[in-house]
Amino acid sequence: MMTELSDMSLDENTIWRALESVTDPEIPVVSVVEMGIVRAVNVESDAVHVTITPTFAGCPALHVMRAEIAETIRNLGVDDVTVETTLHPPWSSDWITDEARAKLKAFGLAPPPRHQGNIPITFYEAVACPYCDSKNTIVKNTFGPTLCRAIYTCENCRQPFEQFKPI
Amino acid sequence: MIQPDITAAAGLEALEPAQRRALAQKLLALADDELILAHRNSEWCGHAPILEEDIAFANLAQDELGHAVLWYTLLQQLDGEDPDHLVYFRRANAFRNVRLVELPNGDWAFSILRQYLFDCYELYLLQALSSSTLEPVSHVAAKMRREELYHLRHTTAWVQRLGLGTDESRRRMQAALNALWPYTAQLFAPLQDEGLLVDAAIVPAPTMLSEGWKDHVIPFLIESGLSVPADIAPEAAPDGRDVHTEHLSALIEELQSVARSDPDASW
Repeated sequence: MMTELSDMSLDENTIWRALESVTDPEIPVVSVVEMGIVRAVNVESDAVHVTITPTFAGCPALHVMRAEIAETIRNLGVDDVTVETTLHPPWSSDWITDEARAKLKAFGLAPPPRHQGNIPITFYEAVACPYCDSKNTIVKNTFGPTLCRAIYTCENCRQPFEQFKPI
Repeated sequence: MIQPDITAAAGLEALEPAQRRALAQKLLALADDELILAHRNSEWCGHAPILEEDIAFANLAQDELGHAVLWYTLLQQLDGEDPDHLVYFRRANAFRNVRLVELPNGDWAFSILRQYLFDCYELYLLQALSSSTLEPVSHVAAKMRREELYHLRHTTAWVQRLGLGTDESRRRMQAALNALWPYTAQLFAPLQDEGLLVDAAIVPAPTMLSEGWKDHVIPFLIESGLSVPADIAPEAAPDGRDVHTEHLSALIEELQSVARSDPDASW
């Protein structure tokens, strides 16, 4: 049954909560909210306007996320939904929440270190293995199966793993 | 190609008509460079010497294609040009990329060195464009710059490794450098009326970029065991971006073949 919008007292917090169910299809354990992909939610009378930002410019998952965000809000009974993309400020892996970092680790993806915008060109930081926490790891490839991942091997537990790149 | 629905680019409407034309030309050049290099990178997919590099070059292709989309989208906001039409239905001689990026991939040394030379140019360019007085340009550049750091990190490591590696790897790198070096001058050749954009601090002066690039690239190549060819004399200024090598038309034919086989198809 479709509820009248006014009866639902649809506010921005309701939308934010609903968007917690939308995940990045390439990392299905974290939501677009926890990833810092959703930048703003505005409710104006019966219209909802969401602003998102891409993690990587060429990320093919962005279009899927945009469609799912719109669909999720429409399912709340809102017909007038717009999802807009912004590039400013550019997405930073520093925006990934602590809860999401724990989920990434449990998923086998080493979370990115917080860098405050300072990513050196030649220095590779020690990355802890998400399985055994050892920092005795080696980078196998700074590029991986998706734009946002690098490939490592743990010398301690011999487990290959991926890291979400700091960006 | 799926375009991001970028927030309407503020500031574009305030441009003078002559500036608009100069900017449209510049954006097309920037976008075409990215697109053509992305296509060359994608040709390594399934053919790179090791699996890691197969993956790396597929990533580079995807990144550069993402960057091309950003520039084409900005161009669309400026003058309404449809990016899909520009990419899939334009004739090869209407592309405005530099000849450096259209050259066939050659051997691995050639491809990695080309990528290094271009990445380094791009990093200096994007650093300067990040402080463009035109906000939409500065926003796009700032976004791309973070990703390009990874490219330069990767190619820097490879140039060093191959330049200082075996006799064979150094021989191939030197041959690649000798072949590529004359093509780099075109990266810094100003477009027609680009001065209008430089005066308005929308884009950096090409001479400034060229100096920064050379100060970075030349010492590094020497440290990597390579000898840098002599500079091209100023009187041998490169032809414009409307002049291409024989290799571009074959590339474009392949790039457009699927779209042209059914122009009305929806994807």
